[in-house]
Amino acid sequence: MSLDGRLTSPEARDAFLPEAPGSVSMVMHRRKSKETCVTPAERTEQTQWLLAVRDARDREAFGRLFDFFAPRLKAMLLRSGLRDGSAEDVVQDVMLSVWNKAAQFDPHRAEASAWIYRIARNRQIDLYRRRPLPEPELVQEPESAEPDAAQILAMAQEAAQLRAALRNLSPEQTEALRHAYMDELPHSEISRITGLPLGTIKSRIRLGLDRLRRDLSDLRSR
Amino acid sequence: MSKITHHIPEEMLRAYAAGTLPQPFAVVIAAHVSLCDACRASVETEAALGGALLSELAPAGLDEGARDRLFAALDTAVPPPPPLRGSGIFPAPVMEALKGQPPRWKMLGGGIRQQILSADGEGSLRLLYIPRGRAVPEHSHGGLELTLVLQGSFSDCEGRFAAGDVEVASDDLDHQPIAGDEGPCICLAATDAPLRFRAMIPRLLQPLFRI
Ligand SMILES: [Zn+2]
Repeated sequence: MSLDGRLTSPEARDAFLPEAPGSVSMVMHRRKSKETCVTPAERTEQTQWLLAVRDARDREAFGRLFDFFAPRLKAMLLRSGLRDGSAEDVVQDVMLSVWNKAAQFDPHRAEASAWIYRIARNRQIDLYRRRPLPEPELVQEPESAEPDAAQILAMAQEAAQLRAALRNLSPEQTEALRHAYMDELPHSEISRITGLPLGTIKSRIRLGLDRLRRDLSDLRSR
Repeated sequence: MSKITHHIPEEMLRAYAAGTLPQPFAVVIAAHVSLCDACRASVETEAALGGALLSELAPAGLDEGARDRLFAALDTAVPPPPPLRGSGIFPAPVMEALKGQPPRWKMLGGGIRQQILSADGEGSLRLLYIPRGRAVPEHSHGGLELTLVLQGSFSDCEGRFAAGDVEVASDDLDHQPIAGDEGPCICLAATDAPLRFRAMIPRLLQPLFRI
């Protein structure tokens, strides 16, 4: 996919400038948040598997991660337009990176799904960029640091809450988010595909994120 | 670095994470995120959402041999070399752009030095060294300019920018950054178009200076 000239339109550039205060509509109607019963247990399990891979090179745990994530990674890659065979190859690549980079996984800052998503996303990006995406420096944790179980659990709970919030979005909002997070689409191309004006798409993405964030902060302040 | 007050706009962080920014901007953003807990948290929040979307995706059928193929590969897997670390005032993404070497400054006149790290169709990336109290020549630029302070500070019409801060300047901003008094200011600057200096260097000479 050619991304040449992706920042050439004035609208595209303006999108990166800080917006005037109040320009983002905050008047959004909050759907009554159903008291969704969220159990983080399932996902904590995924994080435990990844920790077992990280700390003990546990192949059974790795197999479980594969069984959950590989078919979903393939779905993500197919969405972005890869052909079946290529998607299979990239899934292999990504899962191999999960094995190789497990030492970099920090459960205090990410759930397994977020960490694996980022590896996959960056791999997906590298496929169409001429150069690898520059990545931030890794945070160096002190060697002696003990794992903080409460923090790890809180992370899992927030992620579970995030998924619950996702299920509360309208199908259009969810689809716009999928476009932004799973496909290789700069925002300016979303409108071409869905036929929606850019402003609508952008506000839809922001609306989705704002809603998700508020749900998250509700959880924190509880 | 706890006193960062000028951050990367959210939209731009998102575009960075989506891989849709020109390389020079992506390096500046990766460098800022290396120094800034707030922006790192934003990037990781985005990843949490990506992870949630991934988890909720309907699974696609895999090739029958996929699992076995991967497990066979584990036996011969060679872990990639560890990524470069930061050094001094230069976070890892800047060290990466410097190819692990200390900067090789070129004099620009007036005590100002620069090293061009890249200059191509995606724009330019350079390190700038501005002596204390010295002004960077007034300039405008055809596109967007991102400047990350690595050491010292500068001030212009938009405010004061200290170590870790990023200034995002659009093409309509005619600004004249002046380095602070605390010492030389070192910045990482990226543009998606060549700079046009108002004075000091005639337009015709710009290709020579590659600015
Ligand atoms: Zn920041």
